[in-house]
Amino acid sequence: MQENENQPIRQEHAGFPWKQVIGLLLSLALTFLALWIAVGLSLPVNVTIAIIVALAIFQAFIQLFMFMHVTEGTEPVHQLISILFGIYVAFAVVAGTIWILYAQMG
Amino acid sequence: MNSITNFLSHFFVTGDPMIYGADVSIVLVTLAIFFVLTYFKKWKWLWQEWLTTTDHKKIGIMYIIAALLMFFRGGVDALMMRTQLALPGMTFLNSDHYNQVFTTHGTIMIIFAAMPFIFGLMNIAVPLQIGARDVAFPFLNAVSFWLFFAGAMLFNLSFVIGGSPDAGWSAYAPYAGTELNPGVGENYYLLAVQISGIGSLATGINFLVTILKMRAPGMTLFKMPMFSWSILITSVIMIFAFPAFTVALALMTVDRIFGGHFFTIASGGSPMLWANLFWFWGHPEVYIVLLPVFGIFSEVIATFAHKTLFGYAIMVWSMVAISLLSFITWLHHFFTMGNTAPVNAFFSISTMLIAIPTGVKIFNWLFTLNKGRIHFTTPMLWALAFIPNFTIGGVTGVMLAMAPADYQYHNSAFLVAHFHSTLIAGTVFGIFCGLHYWWPKMFGYLLDEKRGKWAFWVFMISFNICFMPMYFLGLMGQTRRMYTYPAGLGWGPVNFVITIGAFGMGVGFVIMAYNIIWSALHGKRDTTGDPWDGRTLEWSIPSPAAEYNFATIPTVSTRDAFEAMKEDKRAGKEKAPAAYKPIHMPNNSAIPVVMSAFMFIAGFGFVFWWFWMAIPGVIGVIGCMIARSFVYNDAHLIPVEEIERTERAAGRLS
Amino acid sequence: MAESLLSLNPKKRKDLPLEYSTEEGDLKIVGFWVFLAAELVLFGTLFGSYLVLQSHTAGGPSAHELFKIGPVMIETVVLLVSSFTCGLSTLELRRHNVKGLIGWLVVTVLLGLVFIGFEGNEFFTYAAHEGATLQTSAFLSGFFILLGTHGAHVSLGIVWIAGILIQLARRGITPVTARKAFIVGLYWHFLDVVWIFIFTAVYLTGWVM
Repeated sequence: MQENENQPIRQEHAGFPWKQVIGLLLSLALTFLALWIAVGLSLPVNVTIAIIVALAIFQAFIQLFMFMHVTEGTEPVHQLISILFGIYVAFAVVAGTIWILYAQMG
Repeated sequence: MNSITNFLSHFFVTGDPMIYGADVSIVLVTLAIFFVLTYFKKWKWLWQEWLTTTDHKKIGIMYIIAALLMFFRGGVDALMMRTQLALPGMTFLNSDHYNQVFTTHGTIMIIFAAMPFIFGLMNIAVPLQIGARDVAFPFLNAVSFWLFFAGAMLFNLSFVIGGSPDAGWSAYAPYAGTELNPGVGENYYLLAVQISGIGSLATGINFLVTILKMRAPGMTLFKMPMFSWSILITSVIMIFAFPAFTVALALMTVDRIFGGHFFTIASGGSPMLWANLFWFWGHPEVYIVLLPVFGIFSEVIATFAHKTLFGYAIMVWSMVAISLLSFITWLHHFFTMGNTAPVNAFFSISTMLIAIPTGVKIFNWLFTLNKGRIHFTTPMLWALAFIPNFTIGGVTGVMLAMAPADYQYHNSAFLVAHFHSTLIAGTVFGIFCGLHYWWPKMFGYLLDEKRGKWAFWVFMISFNICFMPMYFLGLMGQTRRMYTYPAGLGWGPVNFVITIGAFGMGVGFVIMAYNIIWSALHGKRDTTGDPWDGRTLEWSIPSPAAEYNFATIPTVSTRDAFEAMKEDKRAGKEKAPAAYKPIHMPNNSAIPVVMSAFMFIAGFGFVFWWFWMAIPGVIGVIGCMIARSFVYNDAHLIPVEEIERTERAAGRLS
Repeated sequence: MAESLLSLNPKKRKDLPLEYSTEEGDLKIVGFWVFLAAELVLFGTLFGSYLVLQSHTAGGPSAHELFKIGPVMIETVVLLVSSFTCGLSTLELRRHNVKGLIGWLVVTVLLGLVFIGFEGNEFFTYAAHEGATLQTSAFLSGFFILLGTHGAHVSLGIVWIAGILIQLARRGITPVTARKAFIVGLYWHFLDVVWIFIFTAVYLTGWVM
């Protein structure tokens, strides 16, 4: 709010953007790895799904930590707990919905 | 000409004398409001002081006024239902009309009365309790209110234009789908609830950030008043429950308006998926309307027992546990749709588990009362009546939690009695309690005690006359949502007693409304700002609070911060107040109210499948967001002289 | 608003980038994180519904028959690269280089438009050539609404970044514009995360099943 009282803080971010490039290469590699596992290999369906879901979660964390600066801020614990709670509830709704409706359909 | 007449006779609800009466009264009231505002030249005042405000206290008052009106509307629905059921074979309402009335009763009471009432109280009390000058996002706060208001108006419009929804407040598929329900009624439900739901999500984010980030220096989380704690947890539940509802409503809107197949029977849709998604929101929603009143009762019981709250930390952790558990109990609302043993067992156990932290809180309140110097004021009476009445609702809830037993109770009058025991003895007692408690802080005078106690006793006794027999009626076999019943089943006398109780609650509400008007004219002024000998910071400032709330931000070192300040003062250790500094406050903005008008237009267009109307409405909403993004000058400074003037007028500066 | 827990402790913000330098910036960034957490549940609900309805093709085309690897991989790579360019724009923001910031944001918007173009073409192909629309089956309702919701988010993101580009060009990097550019970046990365799960749960699973 008191814009004039704060001097702009200049952090040095010089040099080649290694973090971003590594993030990009990793996510591309994981994407094509998942594609190969799903289409190129013929593992059992359950195993395939477990692996590709694990790869997706790993890739999501790359975005979260390498691009989104989730640990940054005056009190980063706030956004970390929010995201964790969001993951908990999202998991509850996805897993619960599948469990309930598949069990009911038999 | 014929087509125009045909259109109008479908557009307006026709054929029922009660609705013609409502049409006439709506037109008359609207004309009267226009006349009064014009005659007293109040349009400008209304626009500048209220409609465009971003002040959390004024937004809170607008929430409460709207919620009281909605409470009245929902109450009239209830009385219509009870009149129809008073005797066997009554013909006061036909079956279609009865379906509409119980649907609007449930939807209005939960979405448009209970929640906004709670939002109103938290808007007023939370920033004052934590020593803040406003909420984190004052503009967004105004947007939230106006979205709620647009949704409420849209929903109530269904009554006279197009016809009301009639599939129950839970709008189960496939009955709510277009095949069985081709009219516009369910569209109204979907759009109106959606619009206000977006506002609720925004409110949740706003209050979570406010409470996390804007507490007065020294007020760590565990020194925060319990009401603020309850709003913190409620905000978390709102933030994570409402998106699921947003999706559920959107999917059914796609089904109804764009021909999708999520919940249809044809083309592979799953009606049960609706029940699943609805209750994924619907169960946490129970805690959204209950936890805040637990907070209110905690404040009121501690204040009028003149003791600090017993078991503060346990209270907090039990709310945290509730917030986590509330997301994994939802299936218990549809045990009878049939499921496998592991699923039923999981949800039975999680439901019984969530009763534990709730039960713990009951003991906390009892131990707070133990050896206290109890003052039986009106708010305290509501709080004390809550404990036993709510416990009955809680215990019958555990009975319903057991899947095999639920097959017996499900959708019977027993269930209706159970959730009214929690929602009336919990939520309604709580919001009336909070209304009396914080009224002086809102308006600068107290509600009259004598009339307030009359309202309390009439309402509370009538509540028991209404809902105690209903448990037995359910066990005798009467089901929920049946519009009439034959003589000879033995239900008639019980139903008649229940109807007497329902009208008694109506009388209690009227006495309370009368008390509000009487007290506005003759109520005792609150000159000290601390009429109840309060313990928390909202009582440390004048009533009503100045625009900026706190002339200087207090520093907090303990729980019950204001009580500690008063003790220091008695011990002569009062700190000298800090010098005033100019205060930075948000500007008013017309964008929220304009945006909600566009939202209303878009919603109305979708209800009637009129895309020519809906699309401009949506564009208008996006236009308002873009316009807001380009506003850079959105705050002003209050100079020290003005603060001194205000504080002197309130008697805080000599 | 001013003067509360945080503004009385400005030390906490001393070592942080410009967008955190005001109380307003700090509050809005946290608020936006909370909003993204809520969006997790929004998309989670859509995923849950889609996965339940995935096999309900009602005689219409199935996932296996419909999805083609080529266009899907182009969409995926384009969106992953746009997340990278968006990351570079945040880096330029931290270097206080307004030209670099604007440049990378423009690239991000262009990649977003390419993505929307391919996705629109994919939808059009399904509807026009395969007779697969939202009204065909529960599976396709789920597919179009899940992907449509993501696509609508991306489209909104494009409009949003465009609005911020105008403000950056006019005002340069200030605490307010820095905060806006940072937040829109968070939003864009989040959409990439959602796409990763769409790629996995919709396309890969569709090919496997």
